[in-house]
Amino acid sequence: MSWELTALLVAVGTPFAVAAAVFAIGERRHTLRGATNLAGAALTAGAVVACAVSAWQRFGGGPFAEGSIALLDIGFGLRADPLGVVFAVVAGVLWLVTTVYAIGYMSHASDRARFFGFFSICVGSAIGIALSANLLTFFVFYETLTLATYPLVAHSGTPAALRGGRTYLTYALPAGAALAVGVIWLNLIAGPVEFAAGGSLDPALASTHPGSLIVIFALLMFGLGVKAALFPVHGWLPAAMVAPAPVSSLLHAVAVVKAGVFGIARVVLEVYGPIAHELDLTPYLAALAGFTIIYGSVRALAQDDFKKRLAFSTIAQLSYITLGVALASPIAIAGGIAHLAHHAAMKITMFFTAGAVAEEVKAYRVSEFDGLGRRMPLTMGAFSLAALGIVGVPPIAGFASKWFLGIGALDAGEGAWVIAVLGVSSVLNAAYFFPIMHRAWFRAPKAEWAAGPPPGSAEGDLRMVVPILVTALIGLVLGIAAGADVSPASWALRIGMTEVPW
Amino acid sequence: MTTFAGLSQTDLYALAGAALFVIGLYGLITRPHLLHKVLALNISSGGVFLVLVGIARRVPGPVPDPLPHAMVLTGIVVTVSSTAFALALAKSIYTETGHAVLEPDDLEETGEVSRG
Amino acid sequence: MAEWVTTHLPALVILVPLTAAPLAFLLGGTLARPIALLSALLSQPLALALAFTVSAEGGVRYEIGGWGGPLGIDLVADGLAATLILVATVVGLGVTVYAWGYFADRERYRYFWPLWLFLWASLYALFLSGDLFNLYVCLELVSMAAVALVGLSLRRDALLAAMRYMLAAILGSLFYLLGVALVYAAFGSIDIATVREAVRADVTGQAAFALMTVGLMLKTALFPLHFWLPPAHSNAPSPVSAVLSALVVKGSFYILVRMWVDVADPSFVPGSAALLGVLGASAIVWGSVQAMRQERLKMLVAYSTVAQIGYLFLLFPLVAGGGAAAADAWVGGMFHAASHALAKAAMFLAAGTVLARFGHDRIAGLGGLSRRAPVTAMAFALAGVTMMGLPPSGGFVAKWQMIRAALESGAWWWAVVVVAGGLLAAVYIFRVVALFLGREGAEGEDADVDAGRSPATMEWATLALALAALALGVLGQPLVELIGVGAPALVAGVGP
Repeated sequence: MSWELTALLVAVGTPFAVAAAVFAIGERRHTLRGATNLAGAALTAGAVVACAVSAWQRFGGGPFAEGSIALLDIGFGLRADPLGVVFAVVAGVLWLVTTVYAIGYMSHASDRARFFGFFSICVGSAIGIALSANLLTFFVFYETLTLATYPLVAHSGTPAALRGGRTYLTYALPAGAALAVGVIWLNLIAGPVEFAAGGSLDPALASTHPGSLIVIFALLMFGLGVKAALFPVHGWLPAAMVAPAPVSSLLHAVAVVKAGVFGIARVVLEVYGPIAHELDLTPYLAALAGFTIIYGSVRALAQDDFKKRLAFSTIAQLSYITLGVALASPIAIAGGIAHLAHHAAMKITMFFTAGAVAEEVKAYRVSEFDGLGRRMPLTMGAFSLAALGIVGVPPIAGFASKWFLGIGALDAGEGAWVIAVLGVSSVLNAAYFFPIMHRAWFRAPKAEWAAGPPPGSAEGDLRMVVPILVTALIGLVLGIAAGADVSPASWALRIGMTEVPW
Repeated sequence: MTTFAGLSQTDLYALAGAALFVIGLYGLITRPHLLHKVLALNISSGGVFLVLVGIARRVPGPVPDPLPHAMVLTGIVVTVSSTAFALALAKSIYTETGHAVLEPDDLEETGEVSRG
Repeated sequence: MAEWVTTHLPALVILVPLTAAPLAFLLGGTLARPIALLSALLSQPLALALAFTVSAEGGVRYEIGGWGGPLGIDLVADGLAATLILVATVVGLGVTVYAWGYFADRERYRYFWPLWLFLWASLYALFLSGDLFNLYVCLELVSMAAVALVGLSLRRDALLAAMRYMLAAILGSLFYLLGVALVYAAFGSIDIATVREAVRADVTGQAAFALMTVGLMLKTALFPLHFWLPPAHSNAPSPVSAVLSALVVKGSFYILVRMWVDVADPSFVPGSAALLGVLGASAIVWGSVQAMRQERLKMLVAYSTVAQIGYLFLLFPLVAGGGAAAADAWVGGMFHAASHALAKAAMFLAAGTVLARFGHDRIAGLGGLSRRAPVTAMAFALAGVTMMGLPPSGGFVAKWQMIRAALESGAWWWAVVVVAGGLLAAVYIFRVVALFLGREGAEGEDADVDAGRSPATMEWATLALALAALALGVLGQPLVELIGVGAPALVAGVGP
């Protein structure tokens, strides 16, 4: 077996193996479980980077590394292609950081074996989604992710958590059913659907099966749109905030929601390709994404619950990616793909912050954040950096992706309204994040923790503080180094060029 | 071959068998007592066997077709065993509930007395 | 030796459990369990070997005692039979291992072992029968063993359920036998291969098929003839419930498939395919809705069986048109039979562990089960994945193929039924799974995590069956190929 195939199998297989090991280790042996989990996460991170190296080396040359097993007429296939490795590296690397955070965060929680087991399955599914070579494989991992997320949302077992879980399923299961029908139907009329840069469907299908292709597109977008939190099927995401912080951080800011937008990118760019434009499907998607951006931002303004504000911000930010994909200009696509990585680093920092603040000073609402900067300077510093990044302040990561999106929109001839959306959105981003920073840094602390941390204690469990700093730093570096060859932004530009060859 | 009202002997056997089958079915549905139900099933199986015996006579010549007879013999063995089993089960139910019916609760509610 | 085994393989498959059954009865006591386990283990390589032989030779025909038809008895195996035998063998092993712990110290249940082995042998014989009358005898053998197993506890509800089951089973068999008699009258044979050649539009033949179908619908518990199933399957001891729902209903379904896909095709009696499909769709809806409303876990699982049986009957309208759609539906239907067998056995066994450990199976009292019995809760949830037809599971492959067949043949409404059925299943499955994750409502002997662990054989056999159902969805290609071996012409994938 070549090193590339090994890397593919290790990247997807390790999290599932970790899950089995964690379930087997059980509830009591915390050290062994933690060590297994960390070792697995480190191995996975190495493997996804190796996949990226493979894609890097083969870019523009021969076919990408892949492996498959047969089932029915299509089979399961994994492939290390340029678009896939972006999402795989984001999920794999952030899993390692999140594992450290989660071990700290969950150190007093119950049912940790169940938590870490399903968490690993979610990560494995996300990496599987990233590295799927065809639509069937993608769908199988996508639904595995749906199912494995449920016990995490409902983790605490309280009536509120079970309600959150039920809301999640009410959206996710019908979406999965629609996606299934779409995938089966597409496989039926087009044969086994592989992913390929520039679209894999035979362009002739646009004239032979236009009606079917439009209905299938709608089914697929509904199925993927739920996880991508596109308006009007975004409602589950705020409800899912009842989950523990590591779940909100890695899954509801990165793995699950980005599985949705990543799926949209795969379907629009690498399945439909030119057909999506020929049948005039992308303008609707772009309009929906534009509306979701404004809608999510406006709703975020009104949330006092910190995690819900972040959730509505996520809803808006995810649609940046969808918008970039729908605009069909290489630079806009690059902006969307770059934002997939950039937003991940920034938003995970913010959700980490939410968990750390809740653990340390029991503050859950924005209105309780007065003077928090003095009590938890490192944490709030990291948060502020990430917030500025999302607003789009250079040189932090968010700026580069928004810049690409704007240029790309001009390129695609859609300049005016897209730039207006981006501008309004940035103002709204500032309007819902700056008050938090203002309270944290400039208001007088009024709660009992005003005097600062108790003597001799830092601002919290180091296993939580360090990951927050690491992800904030990643966000900063991604922005500063956006021009470097190996940065996600440059990589996204190269991908963007291959996705619209026509 | 003897005929009656235009029907051959085989047809008569078949019709009589079908009639028995339906009579048994009727008894099974309408009679609450388990012994009646078991007997009704026996009548039905008698009907099926009669049909088979009739079919055996359809071959030309004096010797009837042996295969349906083999089936009837096997069927009788099966029916005898299952009847014995059903009776044992009915007896257990009577011992356990005091009634030999499928819905003893209904009987107790309506105050109807079991006739054992 | 190897050659001898290969020659007599179909007979050996039946003989192993058939020999073990009287041995377990006569030697009894402490020896019954090891005898059953030995038989279960011996069956594994034999069933696998049969599958390989069928794959290699495209089918197997074996004359018992060398007599041959029409008076001798022939055993016949094609891909369909080999598939179901394989499923019965794997489920049988799981149930046997589970029962090892479940009946460990219950003298009252000593007859479980011989009856179960006897049932197992009868199922093998049924799947291998080459003629319609032999199928009747096997059906009766299966039913008698199953009825006895249902009533095993001698509790009042179990006895009443067994009696109801018995009356329905005998009536079903009589309908079937009457049909067999008319088949003989119409086509002059009861050998499946001969009837297949002789079948033609003929009133007696059509009446025969109708009678047989009614009888088999009753035995398969197809809505609205399902009334006997929920009480029988939920009142039986749990390993028995598992076998009944997983395997026994598939026995009569197997004969229906033989009749309507292999011997004749659905056009033989106009409207039959649509009628069976509509009844199947009704079963899916009715069974699912009833499952949602149940208060006891085993009743929920039993009504889930009523619903899942419905999917099997969608096979008939989906294959009716032949061609590629029929070939897809064929794989889908048989995959559903296989994955449902594995998953439903796991569900009943999980329910049995709950019942044995907490002394009740009231759903409302099962709060926090994932903390109190994590392996069992996990097994139930994983089996639920197959029931919902979600990937990665054998149930998903089944639904994939059924939806594909429906779209392929233009009969998209069957696709709607399949999708809706999956969502309905999600409602009743997640109702239970949510409780498992919850913190409230725990009732029963030990609310404490440490107390009263169940025997490992029970928990792990359950989980293994649930995992096997999932594995079918990833590694199921060999089964896909086996199902296609010697497939009836209607579903062999050639255009009409």
